[in-house]
Amino acid sequence: MLPFSFEKVRTEQDAIRAAAAGARYIAGGTTLIDLMRDEVERPERLVDINALPMADIRADGSDLVIGALARMSDVAAHPETKRLQPLIAESLIEGASPQLRNMASMGGNLLQRVRCPYFRMLDAACNKRDPGSGCSAIEGLNAGHAILGTSDHCVATHPSDVAVALVALGATMRVRGPQGERTFPVEELFRLPGDTPHLEHTLRPGELIVEIRVPGGPYARQARYLKVRDRASYEFALVSAAVALETEGDTIRQARVAVGGVGTRPWRMRAVEEALRGKATDRNAFEAAAHLALEGTRPLSHNHYKVELLPRTIVRALEMAGGTA
Amino acid sequence: MSDHDRIPLRQARPMAEKGAAGSRLSRRSVLQMAGGAASLAAASVATTQTASSDGPPATSTTRVRLVVNGSARELELDLRQSLLDVLRERLDLTGTKKGCNQGACGACTVLVNGRRVTSCLTLAVMHDGAEITTIEGLARGDELHPLQAAFIEHDGFQCGFCTPGQIMSGVACIAEGHATSPEQIQFWMSGNICRCAAYPGIVAAVADAAGRT
Repeated sequence: MLPFSFEKVRTEQDAIRAAAAGARYIAGGTTLIDLMRDEVERPERLVDINALPMADIRADGSDLVIGALARMSDVAAHPETKRLQPLIAESLIEGASPQLRNMASMGGNLLQRVRCPYFRMLDAACNKRDPGSGCSAIEGLNAGHAILGTSDHCVATHPSDVAVALVALGATMRVRGPQGERTFPVEELFRLPGDTPHLEHTLRPGELIVEIRVPGGPYARQARYLKVRDRASYEFALVSAAVALETEGDTIRQARVAVGGVGTRPWRMRAVEEALRGKATDRNAFEAAAHLALEGTRPLSHNHYKVELLPRTIVRALEMAGGTA
Repeated sequence: MSDHDRIPLRQARPMAEKGAAGSRLSRRSVLQMAGGAASLAAASVATTQTASSDGPPATSTTRVRLVVNGSARELELDLRQSLLDVLRERLDLTGTKKGCNQGACGACTVLVNGRRVTSCLTLAVMHDGAEITTIEGLARGDELHPLQAAFIEHDGFQCGFCTPGQIMSGVACIAEGHATSPEQIQFWMSGNICRCAAYPGIVAAVADAAGRT
């Protein structure tokens, strides 16, 4: 690990000042320290923000408000999370391991780097790590890679589970930085790789994620997260789906659907949601709607299976949410 | 060069920090003395780097206070040292194992303020003032912790390398209330890998100890 300087801050102002001057925020550190050890990340300054009072989890009316420093395990176990947004709890529990969930913060979870093996392999070309060097995955081992939102420069998936649930539920995030505070949808945090895959998010220099707000909705209690992976737990998704349904009898009033493991960012499926509106909660309707998820997919040499697995995962998640699985 | 090798010589010798170990020379003491010699060579390299104007920032150290298994320890640490390396290399608490060193295997699991974490993925400097419990802190004298006893009773290991991490994780799993069924134990212990696949014994041991506590 390369040397760095380290500062622990007690106030947001000090944190933002340090970051505006080039320091990297560190909270749980589960991504950053791992990548620093491999010298994929080479920050010269770290600012430890763990002492900032940003770990609260609370209800605000029907909204769930989560401090950016709240740990994944604490958010998942919190009574207000279970009461208001069980989908958030379920998606968190399906991610990482108990130890990592005790360490990783919510803000850091959203900003975690990709798990593409070439990103960590210093002697392999990777446009994300070394812009302009090329993408080793496109012609290489790409079974785990994306089929949506890819470019000729990067095909890595965003690895977060909870981000998929947050995008499905239309969560927003509040950030503060040198130019003040702003709030925007979590979905807009993530950039498509395009020809700048090294730019992963839309935060401005020095901006600090303060909190995440998950709006309540009539679909919040009928919501499930299904994660398909190579083993039953502690593994990244091949395909995952976060779905939420508002139903009246056997009819769907509205649906929320987002998927993970297939996109270069968490992927909201608006065409699928629209197709479900007014339909019956049965397998035929689910299959017809889920088929629309395939629009625009571009499979690579080793991940054609995701084209088949994606709609099946959505159908199964809808059945789980609708109580027919 | 490992992180440990970069520590200046005066901090590289953990002898002064050791408990009253026997006076016989152990395999580990010999290795530690060799490490001290290696770090002397490393120190001159580091000095050269520091003198360069466009090189990386100079290596720096800081004072950190940890309460490890109930004893307060004041340490001068390299900022880069993981909690795992500090436990093993500085405090000689080698029960905590270094497996993957990237948070994937769970062999380095310890409790920080009562919560299980992978000690390889966190910098020691981030835990100033924290209470750390390692496998060495579980038994009371000669009396094993109930989960340690259960691991023996249920053959919860073969080679034993992952066992300290399994036990620390299991202690937390029980305390969290997640050891309610074999399926739950499997899920909540999945951050700890056992290459010998002693999983049936591990699950049985955690279930047994959970039932007794």
